Amino acid sequence: MITAGIDMGSRSVKVVLLEQINVDSAPQLQYAVKKAHLMMPGELDADQAAERAFSEALAAAGVARDDVKSVFATGAGRKQVAFATEGVTEMTAGAKGAVYMYPNARTVVDVGAEEGRGIKTDAEGKAVDFAGNEKCAAGAGSFAEAMSRALQLTLAEFGEASLKSDRTIPMNAQCTVFAESEVVSLIHSSTPKEDIAKAVLDAVASRVCAMVRRVGIEGEVVLIGGMAHNPGFVKSLKGAMGVDAVSLPDLPEFVSALGCALIAAERQH
Amino acid sequence: MIANYGYKDGSGDYYISIDTDRCIDCAAGRACLTACPKEMFEIITDDYDDEVACIKQANRRSLAYDCADCKPSGGYASLPCTTACTPGALKHSW
Repeated sequence: MITAGIDMGSRSVKVVLLEQINVDSAPQLQYAVKKAHLMMPGELDADQAAERAFSEALAAAGVARDDVKSVFATGAGRKQVAFATEGVTEMTAGAKGAVYMYPNARTVVDVGAEEGRGIKTDAEGKAVDFAGNEKCAAGAGSFAEAMSRALQLTLAEFGEASLKSDRTIPMNAQCTVFAESEVVSLIHSSTPKEDIAKAVLDAVASRVCAMVRRVGIEGEVVLIGGMAHNPGFVKSLKGAMGVDAVSLPDLPEFVSALGCALIAAERQH
Repeated sequence: MIANYGYKDGSGDYYISIDTDRCIDCAAGRACLTACPKEMFEIITDDYDDEVACIKQANRRSLAYDCADCKPSGGYASLPCTTACTPGALKHSW
């Protein structure tokens, strides 16, 4: 049986095709990811983007549409996935995916392009407490991206640059627009780019951490979402949360889509 | 599940927490729906197929302003929503 999870994020569409498997030598292995596909929609409408991403994933996996038993959608644009069987919230999908990959995970930090959130989960991957920031993107990836543009660095350079700084510069602005003017002020005062990059990522981490603290930090902490690719942010987050280790999936942006596909599979039984 | 709806901004934390375990099978007859003067609550079926209250999407970004009239400065001694919610499922963070 094949199920699909589609995470319609504000910046990209993630599709996971999941196949139920039976391995006699490893009965604990119930599912295998058949294909994980990411598409940046560009100027496409959300519903067109979902359709195209799903079609591309099916073609890449060599799976016929009729072979997919169920399609579940999550993410900010989940309601625009017209062909989805059902939709689940980002909290439910993220918790499910994270616990599937890390069975001891009880705290899930999800930082995508436009929103960050903290989720507390139980051993079955059911969200038991969550907090996000519905108002602004200052605690999310697009904020870091805007600041890297102000510093004329690529996102990869931005993350690496912050690791070279051990200076703490507090950023007071809560809003991306005002924060950018704060960054410009720091540039004009000849503050090294490395220090500014660390200040920005510390600020994002601090805002994300405030949400995580609302739900409480316990058990293994897993960071999912695209910001998990940023090593500077990971370091800042560990510092803000006061934890020694944060588990990082290989493909952190696909964890919610995976959770979605897992829920779709479980509801087939 | 504790569902925190709201945001944090430069002026503070503005979250309304709903303990969905207390909200399921509401003993107060969904009194929150009518107690809130701004009609900010609605009943949804959540991802675990439970019927629970939540804050309407349109209000989640403006709680500081939407709830201001029900705070002591608006003449209320206690919040109408938390008072109406006798199971104690509702909490304001500010």
